[in-house]
Amino acid sequence: MSDWRGRDRTYRLCAYGSILCLFAFLFLVENYADEYQIRILNVSAIFVTMAVSYNLINGVAGQFSLGPNAFMAVGAYTTALLTISPAEKELCFIIEPIIWPLSVLHLPFLPSLLIGGTFAALLGFIMAFPVFRVRGDYLAIVTLGFGEVVRVVANNTQSITNGPLGLKGLPEYTNLWWSWGVAVFTVFCVTRLVKSSFGRAMQAIREDEVAAAAMGINVFRHKMLAFVVHAFFAGMAGGLMAHLVTTISPTLFSFFLTFNLLVIIVIGGLGSMTGSIIAAIIITYAGEWLRAVEEPMAIGPFNIPGIPGMRMVVFAIMLILVMIFARQGLMGRREFSWEWFCGFLRTGERRG
Amino acid sequence: MSFFKVEHLTMKFGGLMAVSDFSLTTKEGDLIGLIGPNGAGKTTVFNMITGRLLPTEGKIYFRGEDITGTPSHIINARGIARTFQNIRLFNDLTVLENVVIGYHGRLHSSFLEAIFRLPRYKSEEKKMRSMARELLAEVQLDNVADEKAGTLAYGQQRKLEIARALATNPRLLLLDEPVAGMNPRETGDMMDFINSIHEAYGLAIILIEHDMRFVMGLCEHLVVLDHGVTIATGTPSEIQNHPQVIEAYLGEPEGA
Repeated sequence: MSDWRGRDRTYRLCAYGSILCLFAFLFLVENYADEYQIRILNVSAIFVTMAVSYNLINGVAGQFSLGPNAFMAVGAYTTALLTISPAEKELCFIIEPIIWPLSVLHLPFLPSLLIGGTFAALLGFIMAFPVFRVRGDYLAIVTLGFGEVVRVVANNTQSITNGPLGLKGLPEYTNLWWSWGVAVFTVFCVTRLVKSSFGRAMQAIREDEVAAAAMGINVFRHKMLAFVVHAFFAGMAGGLMAHLVTTISPTLFSFFLTFNLLVIIVIGGLGSMTGSIIAAIIITYAGEWLRAVEEPMAIGPFNIPGIPGMRMVVFAIMLILVMIFARQGLMGRREFSWEWFCGFLRTGERRG
Repeated sequence: MSFFKVEHLTMKFGGLMAVSDFSLTTKEGDLIGLIGPNGAGKTTVFNMITGRLLPTEGKIYFRGEDITGTPSHIINARGIARTFQNIRLFNDLTVLENVVIGYHGRLHSSFLEAIFRLPRYKSEEKKMRSMARELLAEVQLDNVADEKAGTLAYGQQRKLEIARALATNPRLLLLDEPVAGMNPRETGDMMDFINSIHEAYGLAIILIEHDMRFVMGLCEHLVVLDHGVTIATGTPSEIQNHPQVIEAYLGEPEGA
């Protein structure tokens, strides 16, 4: 028993140590790497946040939602409207002036981010009532519909979102500390939730809804919990994204965003947070490397002109290949644990 | 106030009368068998009792409360648990986790307490796990506690499903064909097992079964359904010689 406790403490120290290492690494990057590298790392962190929270509803609770872009949009717009200075807003809203309380509100980044997440969570709460009346394919379609609704609303509420013109001049708040700080916090919260009794109940619902209900689990409430937590973190990620790119418009939150996230969680392994983290980073970097395929190139005698959007084709093919040959993704439902890692090192030692 | 009472339960699926005018009264600690040919409506009765189906007509009372049309998880919390004809375990979870889930409905901590592992949640989680281990030891599944439920042998899966139902602390247990597909020796083991939990927990049990020897040996009281209609009730010996029951199972005698 004491041995078990001691080992538990070791693992916890390992976890804290690795987080310290991560932030030390970020410190080095911030001071010595170029702008481009920093930007990709920021985007990676935002995708980690989104993918991990998205995996909670799709992989753990098994409810195939296609609407994370809705929550990101709500989070991004809410946060942006709170951080842009009133003077900037006046410049921005040229067709119709911005409505009253929003025109004067001006908050620092952290409260704005939290309010953005809260608004997204609120939308998730309201959406849960119609969405969880249906299951499976129907649920996917309903959430897809909501994703579109949010985009269309953002396009047409001129006096709040500035319509298709979008919001410009957002302060560039997002840096490595914000993006990775939120990512670490999200991973912490979501993995803890998954490993708790509530996470077990969500997995039970994924495995067999009827049996879960017969075992006393309130199915609707647990689906709702997964959905709202997902929405909260997706909203925060949206806020971070907005303050990284500093210009947002409804087109940023189209279905392509959801598609990207779907590729990430499927390649990582539905239900595995470790897989989502690894895949989010790989896909972000792959997206940068694959810019090459969109440039004009010559293959032997053929001259291919640059085709924008070629990267999406590559991702789609990747998704198809994963679905056919490795449906489990990188990690299946397995998770990284220090126990496994130390065991791995020990067997390595013995072999060496 | 009766312990468990079903009155005039009727279930129609469109034009099909799955169950008609089914009534049953159970005392605490009864062991009742529900038998009948395939398609007689036995599982439909279970589905109505556990809130999976809303009966077309009729009332279900449990410990003095009308539970007709109550959602499944609330019926479970009131003290009715069940198993399924086609085993429905959480296959990708471990044996232990399957049982621990049975306690989740009675968790007091909120999800925030769970995320931040606050003391109340920690002690509840510890308690749930130790109760689950005890329960698994009682049903002799403790040696496979960390295996995935889907990898267990068939007989063990049946047992685990019953253990999982017991974890929800029921007063009435509904078993849907607990020995379907078992050989005579396994059937005998299951009979002893059901007898032992019946005594140990003082539970009322209603079970559906096709295996006549099993039902006759185990139950004190039998109800026979055929095409949704209750055709006979009584002790095993009464049922064995009941002309309508023989007819339902074997067909009409020649020349009658």
